[in-house]
Amino acid sequence: MAQNDEDAEIIAEFLVESHENLDQLDADLVELERDPGSRDLLSSIFRTIHTIKGTSGFLAFNRLEQLTHVGETLLSRLRDGVEQLTPETTEALLHLVDVTRALLEAIERTGVDTDPSVEVAPVVQVIEQLLAGDPGTTTASEAPAPTPVTGDASAPVTVSPDGCAASPVAEEAAEPAAEEAMVEPELNVVEPELKVVEPELKVVEPVETPDEPWDGPDRRTAVEGSVRVDVDLLDTLVDLVGELVLTRNQLLQRTLAAEDIELVRASQRLDLVASELQETVMKTRMQPIGQVWSKMPRIVRDLAHLLGREVELVMEGHDTELDRSLLEALKGPLTHLVRNSMDHGIELPADRVAAGKPAKGTLQLRAFHESGQVVVEITDDGSGIDPEKIATVAVLRGVATRDQLARMDTREILGLIFRPGFSTATEVSNISGRGVGMDVVRTNIERIGGSVDLQSEVGRGTTVRVRIPLTLAIIPALVVGEGTERYAIPQANLVELVRLEGDDLRRQVERLAGSPVLRLRGRLLPLVHLAEALGGQVEESETLTVVVLQSDDTRFGLCVSEVHDTQEIVVKPIGRQLKSLGMYAGATIMGDGRVSLILDVAGMGADAGIASVQATVVETRSDDADQVSFLVLEVADGRRAALPLGSVSRLEEFSLDRIERSGSAEVVQYRDGILPLIRLAAAIGLTDTSHLQDQLSVVVHERGDGLVGIVIDRVLDVVDTSVVLTEVGRRSGVLGSAIVQDRVTDLVDLAAVVAKAGGAA
Amino acid sequence: MSAMTQQSTEQALAQTYVTFWVDDLFFGLSVAGVQEVLRHQPMTPVPRAAAAVTGLINLRGQIVTAVDLRMRLGLPPRPAGTLPMNVIVRSRGEVVSILVDDIGDVIDTAGIEAEPVPSNMPIQLQEVVSGVRPLADSILLVLDADRAVDVSTVPDTSGGKP
Repeated sequence: MAQNDEDAEIIAEFLVESHENLDQLDADLVELERDPGSRDLLSSIFRTIHTIKGTSGFLAFNRLEQLTHVGETLLSRLRDGVEQLTPETTEALLHLVDVTRALLEAIERTGVDTDPSVEVAPVVQVIEQLLAGDPGTTTASEAPAPTPVTGDASAPVTVSPDGCAASPVAEEAAEPAAEEAMVEPELNVVEPELKVVEPELKVVEPVETPDEPWDGPDRRTAVEGSVRVDVDLLDTLVDLVGELVLTRNQLLQRTLAAEDIELVRASQRLDLVASELQETVMKTRMQPIGQVWSKMPRIVRDLAHLLGREVELVMEGHDTELDRSLLEALKGPLTHLVRNSMDHGIELPADRVAAGKPAKGTLQLRAFHESGQVVVEITDDGSGIDPEKIATVAVLRGVATRDQLARMDTREILGLIFRPGFSTATEVSNISGRGVGMDVVRTNIERIGGSVDLQSEVGRGTTVRVRIPLTLAIIPALVVGEGTERYAIPQANLVELVRLEGDDLRRQVERLAGSPVLRLRGRLLPLVHLAEALGGQVEESETLTVVVLQSDDTRFGLCVSEVHDTQEIVVKPIGRQLKSLGMYAGATIMGDGRVSLILDVAGMGADAGIASVQATVVETRSDDADQVSFLVLEVADGRRAALPLGSVSRLEEFSLDRIERSGSAEVVQYRDGILPLIRLAAAIGLTDTSHLQDQLSVVVHERGDGLVGIVIDRVLDVVDTSVVLTEVGRRSGVLGSAIVQDRVTDLVDLAAVVAKAGGAA
Repeated sequence: MSAMTQQSTEQALAQTYVTFWVDDLFFGLSVAGVQEVLRHQPMTPVPRAAAAVTGLINLRGQIVTAVDLRMRLGLPPRPAGTLPMNVIVRSRGEVVSILVDDIGDVIDTAGIEAEPVPSNMPIQLQEVVSGVRPLADSILLVLDADRAVDVSTVPDTSGGKP
């Protein structure tokens, strides 16, 4: 069948729903005969028929629509008391239900409602006569004869050899032009694909139909083929299966040594069955993303009207499955992203034409599986996002400094729109062209273990790519050991593993006033000892295993005593007694039946006082009282200055004789290149005393076009502190003074210092 | 089942208690709120949790928090070498294990009136005991499971356990 999967999905849902409705309808009609005056019953019946009519119109099932249309008219008159219920009317309505059911069955078999053996015209005729006020006794009694659909709905139809010949006639009668015109314009906007697909089906299906068996005993209907199950029941099943798998593991360990061949065989069979059972049970929670997408045509249509846009919605990968809890969580962010694309991405038709694009914009939703994850792409062919504008807004709102921006590539700059604080006001969205509440979107997606990134080309459009795990219940994790316990770290947060020994350990790990940092490829990475984070003592050893972790903008190294392996773990919630501990994301049960805690990387970072690296400069600009890491230095004979730790790439010491001159500037040879030096004291208007030191202490700072060395007297400390900046001491190269560790400290404006030195050189 | 007998069954359940000892105190929990009683289970400690939270146990695939009633009540720790028993209760939609010293009989207190908590009892006890039932040879302290497993109000004074 050349049927589009998306349509199949919608049709299947429609069928299940309609079958349920029809069962209700039967009961209601019978009840109505006993209680002919009941407005409630009539209203209920009317609504049911109305729903089927609406959906069949949407899906272009014209015969079904025509049938239900007359029924609806009759029912509305009954409901409003214009017509009284007579046995004839009831009979006609019951026939209507039967023929509707027969048509639905035909749709289920063939995908279309053009089955010639289901005759619609006689019922329509009877009802139309009733409507015309002519009870037409002859027709009423005749009707059941040509419509072989009395009580038995399971065998309502017979194959007529001349079915094909009869079909055009029936169809012609079944398609009043007025109906067609009413439905089509709406379809244009809502679901353009349907229009394309349907005509093709109409041509193909009638030819195939006669070959198909009518009601094979092994063909399950939509209703029989699906059962509604309470989600709690499924969750319980998942738990039980997990338990079964653990018991199996224990059994397998014992039987490995067993001599009883039969026992070994039985346990191997158990092994297979348990694995298969686990897989199958997990599948029961999976649902196609089409369930969320089915709402999109309407949203897009309404927004297009509202915003004066012309938009064509294209959706691919309707049947991509993911865990239903994730599906729920995805709804909000996805809708938000679609709205954003419509609002800020796709331009007004006139603007599009002026830009040489078709007036109608395209919004594409694509979902697919990729390396164990579900990827959802939202692509528009709109105006795109201008990194320049983003940069301007970012500086304006204090999300980033020029200095930081200079070091970012385009993608990182575009990523700024996901930062909190970037887009709290609507004026920002006007300037940037996008970005209302994007940080909320990112937060929500990261909460379910996903990630979101964005690509854009000015004038060509934007693609937002959302990655989410297949299921929340099972995640890949790295298992590490500390003390006697094991802890699981979600793989999604894992960047790399670093193992240091001997000389490397001494050279690359430094303690700055008690806070360990790791020199990792030219950057300083704050280190957290797991043992310490768990409230224990750190044992000194000759080797150090660092798990580099990333969450949001925070990156740090977690020192663990042992790394076990990666495995799929089943995430289970922990009780409310432990909810206040942000460092745990949940717990899981290991293969040996023991419980292990799952570490929450963001929570651990916050617990250790590691602030997001890029946020540092924001804090110095605002009065925000959040903790920030600073490198505190001594310059000019005991004066204190501080740099945001985030701007420090490395700390280096050079012997004084390595200083060379290039023009008027001081430089040293460094890592196969030339590192220009800036004497910090001089740059911030103090007397330079760095030449009095035995060694040259240099803070290496990375800027857009390379490295620069800031010469200081010595490093004092790294502190996490909330800084209240004052105007006191504000001058060229200094943002102002603040009290850090009870001492007045100059906060260095690194961007200004570097710029000034660059200009001088 | 008629409404009459159902009501009387409920009443009988409410008067029937699972009993246990903690230190030298004799507690009872209504059988309706007790899921099961288990011997000592392997436990995973939760570093930096409140002192009363001893750890997590695996109850047939479900993760259950174990709260030590001794710690919760500010009583001295269990003597070395003795293992606690688990009284598994349902509390506000969660399953929690209450660690106790020893399990007693299930007793029916029909005919014995519940009395208010004596006001001279230590405040930590008053917090978790909803009433007392004076039996022939002992006094049964009726435990309020919800309050007993609520450790969020107990500050973490242990400084964390490794």
